[in-house]
Amino acid sequence: MLRLLHIEFIKLWNNRASKVLIIAYFVLLTSIALIAAIKFDIGPVQFHLADQGIFNFPYIWHFNTFVTALFKLFLAIVIVSMMSNEYSNKTIKQNLIDGLSKKEFILSKVLTVVSFALISTVFVFVVSMILGLAYSDYNELSIIFSDLEFLPAFFFKLVGFFSFCLFLGILVKRSAFALGFLILWTILEQVVFGLLGWKVMSWDAARTVKDFFPLQSMSNLIKEPFTRLSAVQNIGQQIGEDMKFDYHVYWYEFLIVFIWTAIFIYLSYALLKKRDL
Amino acid sequence: METILTVNHLTKKFGYLTAVKDLSFTIEKGNVYGILGPNGSGKSTTLGIILNVVNRTSGDFSWFDGNTSTHEALKKVGAIIERPNFYPYMTAIQNLKLVCKIKEVPETKIQEKLELVGLWDRRNSKFKTYSLGMKQRLAIASALLNDPEILILDEPTNGLDPQGIHQIREIIKTIAGQGTTILLASHLLDEVEKVCSHVVILRKGENLYSGPVDSMLASHGFFELRCQDMEQLKSLLEKNASFGKIENFNGTLTAYLKEEMDAVTLNKMLFEKGIVLSHLVKRKESLEEQFLTLTKNN
Repeated sequence: MLRLLHIEFIKLWNNRASKVLIIAYFVLLTSIALIAAIKFDIGPVQFHLADQGIFNFPYIWHFNTFVTALFKLFLAIVIVSMMSNEYSNKTIKQNLIDGLSKKEFILSKVLTVVSFALISTVFVFVVSMILGLAYSDYNELSIIFSDLEFLPAFFFKLVGFFSFCLFLGILVKRSAFALGFLILWTILEQVVFGLLGWKVMSWDAARTVKDFFPLQSMSNLIKEPFTRLSAVQNIGQQIGEDMKFDYHVYWYEFLIVFIWTAIFIYLSYALLKKRDL
Repeated sequence: METILTVNHLTKKFGYLTAVKDLSFTIEKGNVYGILGPNGSGKSTTLGIILNVVNRTSGDFSWFDGNTSTHEALKKVGAIIERPNFYPYMTAIQNLKLVCKIKEVPETKIQEKLELVGLWDRRNSKFKTYSLGMKQRLAIASALLNDPEILILDEPTNGLDPQGIHQIREIIKTIAGQGTTILLASHLLDEVEKVCSHVVILRKGENLYSGPVDSMLASHGFFELRCQDMEQLKSLLEKNASFGKIENFNGTLTAYLKEEMDAVTLNKMLFEKGIVLSHLVKRKESLEEQFLTLTKNN
């Protein structure tokens, strides 16, 4: 296993573009701390974002995992190109001839993807912990360590998304087209949802079906955290809007994403096995 | 004899096209094999199948004693297929280190092999800066990293300039001289003739011949003769039962033997009959002539 990871590491780390993107990604993960510095001081209006409670435990787990998950696109580019470059350089052929089995080849990619997700999760945990300890209004241990399910949710969300990228890289074989396909797929999920609700079934039923789509199921894992802020809640109450959303992570949401991940990895393997290179 | 590779009734279809048809042959340790065939005769497909990159339609093959999985066996094989494929953004050294990791061999051989192919001075240049000849030589170095039991080369001199072709051939000869089994696919017959002891001849995916180069045609060779009175010579030879076809071309008589006869015997016999030769050469058909005869007649 370490051998496979090491092989993939050599391939990635010697590629300047990948190296820059990976470093940029982790710098961005850290830079979420900069939000704390957002301060407006215009005469009577004083606004310090860190004081609005976004860094309060346990809310910070929700907020940080949601925001940092947006940066996953950087790694998506790296992952799609690390897969499709093997095709365009024909190095996949050479790897197999040199004695890597097709299973090992896929496994080395999957292990890399899982490591990326794992390191990101640890990173988010550490950054959030530091930010929380610095700015949170509540510092009781029991509060700090509540709502931690957002961390595994973050991990599964990344693994699922990256597996999808891997699969697209193998399917399309060209990084630019694979990324285009990814965007197309995002739109497609919405279009299918729209068509279902409009013509085929009720909107409620369509929404349930949509929750099973790969990208939608991944975004369901961590719902948007903004309406949970007390400031936003207050505004909502004033304009008479009821803002009681369900923010929790449910086991079946994990299950759906896990099944998609398994499907994407299996399909990647099946595709590689079936194809003549 | 130790068997390195056994291929049994291998067939590969691409849709309606049959690229390889019921192909069988074995590779024994220590010989140098050539796979011959015109373009599109299934050479590369066959190599692709035994190297785990092309799926077979039917039939089977086994490496070594047949108990190792293909990818494990390939760690003991060195192979170069068509174009050299490496990571363009990595240097020669980095690429070879990666190959060592895949093949699970120590990195100690890198210097030796790079020196063998004359690339040690350029070891820290990126692969994309190499000329085609250098890329091909790096591919050979990479294939030799594990001191393979068998070296498989698919058109190794394709697209190279004469100097590059010469360099590659010298390297192949050196490796063959060290006793490594070699399987060389090519449509350049003189290339194969110079290094191979055995051949497998393919046409449209079918096996026409496999065996030693010498016994490819049941032929005893031919004489090229010239003298003063060509007509007399011709009629004399036509009466002799040892000769088959006799051709007169550009003032040179070519007489094909039906049974073994050496040049001394012929010279003596003709001299006794009063014919003095001005030119006498005994030759075997070149591989090219044999190959064309084989592929034409079938």
